[in-house]
Amino acid sequence: MNILKKALMVSATLTTIGPGFAGAEGTVEVLHWWTSGGEAKAVGELKDAFEAQDGTWIDSPIAGGGGDAAMTALRARVIAGNPPTAVQLKGPGIQEWAREGVLNSVDAVAQSENWDAVLPPVLADIMKYEGAYVAAPVNIHRVDWMWANPKALEAAGVTQMPTTWDEFNAAADKLMAVGIVPLAHGGQPWQDATVFEDVVLGIGGADLFRKALVELDQDALQSDMMIAAFDQLRKMRGYVDDNFSGRDWNLATGMVMRGEAGFQIMGDWAKGEFLAAGKVPGVDFLCAPTPGNGFVLNSDSFTFFQVEGEENIAGQQVLAGLIMSPEFQETFNLAKGSIPARTDVSLESFDACALRSHEDLLAAIENDALVPSMAHEMAIPRSIRGEFIDLVTNFFNSDMSSEEAVQSLAAAVARAQ
Amino acid sequence: MAPRTHSTVPLGQKIELWLPRFVVSPLFALSLFFVYGFILWTVYISFTKSGVMPNYSFEGLSQYERLWATPRLYVALGNMFVFSALFIGISLAIGIFLAILLDQRVRIEGVIRTIYLYPMALSFIVTGTVWKWILNPGLGIQNFVRKAGFEEFTFDWLVNSDYAIYTIVIAAVWQSSGYAMALFLAGLRSVDDEILKAAAIDGAGSFRTYFSVVLPIMRPVFLSTVIILAHLAIKSFDLVIALTGGGPGYATAMPATFMYSFAFQRSELGVAAASAVMMLATVIAIVVPYLYSELRGTKQ
Repeated sequence: MNILKKALMVSATLTTIGPGFAGAEGTVEVLHWWTSGGEAKAVGELKDAFEAQDGTWIDSPIAGGGGDAAMTALRARVIAGNPPTAVQLKGPGIQEWAREGVLNSVDAVAQSENWDAVLPPVLADIMKYEGAYVAAPVNIHRVDWMWANPKALEAAGVTQMPTTWDEFNAAADKLMAVGIVPLAHGGQPWQDATVFEDVVLGIGGADLFRKALVELDQDALQSDMMIAAFDQLRKMRGYVDDNFSGRDWNLATGMVMRGEAGFQIMGDWAKGEFLAAGKVPGVDFLCAPTPGNGFVLNSDSFTFFQVEGEENIAGQQVLAGLIMSPEFQETFNLAKGSIPARTDVSLESFDACALRSHEDLLAAIENDALVPSMAHEMAIPRSIRGEFIDLVTNFFNSDMSSEEAVQSLAAAVARAQ
Repeated sequence: MAPRTHSTVPLGQKIELWLPRFVVSPLFALSLFFVYGFILWTVYISFTKSGVMPNYSFEGLSQYERLWATPRLYVALGNMFVFSALFIGISLAIGIFLAILLDQRVRIEGVIRTIYLYPMALSFIVTGTVWKWILNPGLGIQNFVRKAGFEEFTFDWLVNSDYAIYTIVIAAVWQSSGYAMALFLAGLRSVDDEILKAAAIDGAGSFRTYFSVVLPIMRPVFLSTVIILAHLAIKSFDLVIALTGGGPGYATAMPATFMYSFAFQRSELGVAAASAVMMLATVIAIVVPYLYSELRGTKQ
């Protein structure tokens, strides 16, 4: 037993970079995978802010695999007893690591700065383990967005953005009739799951979403509403072009941009693609929430690991306060295209879609219609999410019936629990 | 002088005896630890409830139960057998065929040999990416033929769940059959001229000579080629990731991609370890009897 553990430690140490020691006002090492364009710039804002307080910032970007590579590195470092100060880690993943007993609480900072009052309660709960904050959110991404090309809609005679899935189907049929691809979609499992969860929200509302995709209630999973949601998903398979398999999401966004396709259903990171191409919201592209009057929440956060030594702990506390400061939340989210996780930050410099997002967020909190995203690892552990994604993508790429899909899904979820 | 030589000779012999063992032992110890040690570790992990982190409390067979109840595993196993059989079979056939053709004293053999062998110099990632474009219905062959006037032509295997696995076979065969050819060509060249002459005197035609005389002699070459191709097939990961990403859906999942996704994307180390153990068992079940029969055959 011990030999095995030691063996693992040795191998883990060999693969990690040694720790660095320096700095007067605390040292932080931040492990993340924000390495591309706008994301790298956004994390650069945090670095600058931290260094402005005389801290020492050790950057550990680990690119690749949408964070899989970084998680592997993290695992090795935690086992070796040398975790980074803060890690870009979100959703139930935070709880998984917390149960391993390897996180530090930053509750002192959270209490003195009153995080509870400024964060949406759904999000605050995800950041806490046993009532104490162990992570800090940097942004809120909305998943249930529908992006459209106004010229394409006009050509097909669609006058307004659909507000129900029936309206969407009608608009899609019109687009199809004039030879425009109704739905720009990339056939990657997570994209299939993104469309699926937005459909569930639209068909069954926030209640069904919460019961089926968050609480994993067996009755809700096998309800008629879920069958109806799969029926709608089957319909949408028909609105996708033949060539969708394996396409990246940003290429699908490009199709909408060029007018080859009418709609795309994708989170608000798609907005970054439009803006980077110099398109103006409301003129060159339209944004509207998918049907359902809800808000599917996705949020990036930094999770604080159990570092030792006064300097490191001091740095960690400073970093936690900094991440939640209104100034940082504003500059970071302007660079990343999301909206601040704090609901009290001024949104003067943000665009129309972001304002809409913020407004709907407040309304959703009010109406209890704010739900964490299943497809983007906010709602359920990765193991169960994997079963959802497998089933949904298999359904989307086969001729499985909706009834069969619902039953296999319920069985798969029960198995993974 | 005599006593001295008497004492140094055994010492020299001793050194001769022990030096190779001494030199090899660190490597032996390292591979014992890092290969077999970690195999044992993985086997143990497969019997625990490990999730995001290794967990050492023994849990019995629950991870295997979960593994065998996952539909994706059956897709992965089915794909591996289809892929391995077709990949090894077709690569062997093309390899032998090209080698026999090249053996006919072709004029610019060196150039042709290099051309056929060249795909082996590429990584599977490059092969996969290139074939992804060639096979993409909107960009590659289908688009090309349609533009040439055949509007009804359809070749959408890459995006069709039922046929996507065959696109991986195509790309893998393209990459590896030249290598099989090189191995067989070397084998053909090592066949003793006397035997060929004897066959000619006995009146065997060239077809008969190859099938009844040359190929049976090349049995050891078959062995090494099959083993090389089989291990490429079983560990096929990069080609799948580059060509189809395991899709459409998970139609082209392989045991290696299955294991990767459970270990690194889903934080299920236990299930991943169980699937790794199953892979190891499969390989042992196939390769060991084959090696045993082949090696025993050559000794006789």
